[in-house]
Amino acid sequence: MTGVVRRVVRSQLRDALRSRWLAVYALFFVLLTDGLLRFSGSDAKAILSLTTVVLIVIPLITLVLSTISVYNAREFTEVLLAQPIRRSSLFAGLYLGLTLPLAGGFVAGVALPFLVRGGGEPSQRAALLTLLAIGVVLTSTFTAIAFWIALRAEDRLRGLATALGVWLVLGLLYDGAVLVVVAMFGDYPIERPLLAMTFANPIDLGRMLMLLRMDVAALMGYTGAVFQRFFAGAPGIALASAALAGWVLVPIALGARLFRRKDF
Amino acid sequence: MIKITHLAKRFGRIDVLRGVDLRIARGHVVGLVGPNGAGKTTLIKTLLGLTHADGGMIRIDDEPIGGSEDVAYRAQIGYMPQIARFPENLSAAELFAMLRDLRGASTNLDEELVTKLGLESQLDKPLRVLSGGTRQKVNACLAFLFRPKLLILDEPTAGLDPLSSAILKDKILAARSEGTTVVITSHIMSELEELCDEVAFLLDGVVRFMGPVRELTSSTRQANLERAIAALMIREVA
Repeated sequence: MTGVVRRVVRSQLRDALRSRWLAVYALFFVLLTDGLLRFSGSDAKAILSLTTVVLIVIPLITLVLSTISVYNAREFTEVLLAQPIRRSSLFAGLYLGLTLPLAGGFVAGVALPFLVRGGGEPSQRAALLTLLAIGVVLTSTFTAIAFWIALRAEDRLRGLATALGVWLVLGLLYDGAVLVVVAMFGDYPIERPLLAMTFANPIDLGRMLMLLRMDVAALMGYTGAVFQRFFAGAPGIALASAALAGWVLVPIALGARLFRRKDF
Repeated sequence: MIKITHLAKRFGRIDVLRGVDLRIARGHVVGLVGPNGAGKTTLIKTLLGLTHADGGMIRIDDEPIGGSEDVAYRAQIGYMPQIARFPENLSAAELFAMLRDLRGASTNLDEELVTKLGLESQLDKPLRVLSGGTRQKVNACLAFLFRPKLLILDEPTAGLDPLSSAILKDKILAARSEGTTVVITSHIMSELEELCDEVAFLLDGVVRFMGPVRELTSSTRQANLERAIAALMIREVA
């Protein structure tokens, strides 16, 4: 059965690698990373700025591109469903066929400017690898969410609007909501609810993990300070990583379930 | 070959199929006719397992089908959907190779239509640059490629020029003479008259008539299938 998954992925990749959007996406990260490395002075600062952009751009582009491509592939998906292959295998193939090029484009785009500089400052390599890992994880999460949205909403426009709404809430409004909570209940011991709020947003989780890794959590907002106090060191990173893994696996499981049951 | 009993399907509040009963004998060409929204496409998609029925049973060669992981039966089906959209950056040749690869199919492919429809010169171009009609030809070739025992064709000649349409119809008749069972939907009655052994008239999710074209025209005292169906529709609505 894994043979079927591999075959679907292979042809999806062949299609994606020739498409313009993937080249543009990778090129964006090349130019961004190169620019930041040129003008930030130090690799640490460049990676920190890169983190801020990556946490906004990856969810947005992944949601939009994935939603559109699931809709565009709708008729062809029906052709594939009429073949003697299992739906679960087909879903795995289609999902990976979307996630791998996006994640690959990001990793290649960010890594290339570092590689031409001989890998960058050795002290920052761990941070860079963490950033790449978080980018891949967020790509995996948001492709799965996009899949779910596009399978759920028959209407393209509504699906795309939902995808943008998800990005708006998790990427922008969420931090505002956290701030409001802090401002309103600042006199109470609200550390634990704040931690819970961080776990409920994969983008926040990614940010937290990155900041813990770079040891600058206190600079980046209230939740960062709270998080660092509670989870200084390895246990915190382990817990956040486990939560991120959940953010990958649960949307994939939900998407796969919907795909198995859906009437096309 | 196909035995459908009491097939029911509801989308939200709309009953699309309300107990469809249909038997299709091996080697027969059966036309599904009926007004828009009668349930033709839903019936086809349920047959393919794209849509899950709420009730009833479909048996193909006495084997009940259903369950999203019951897939082996589809190896003998060739499906031509109404709308043909394929991965844009692949070529038709790559598309054929991909599906052959997915099916783990043998080398015994039926590529006659590729030649007859004059597609050879288009095989290596990306599908995105092909015209709608040419993509429809690719779609037709795919349905026949694996020498299926059951062909399911959803408005097969829509978008084809008259010459290609005639070639496709000849191919359908040739498949029939080799014992292939064919299910076709179409709004072009003359085409069904030419191809079909029987027609099934679907209205409001139920089969209202099933039988040879001649029987339908004589029972409604009409000159051809188009008028017979029109007469049936008027009678049913009245």
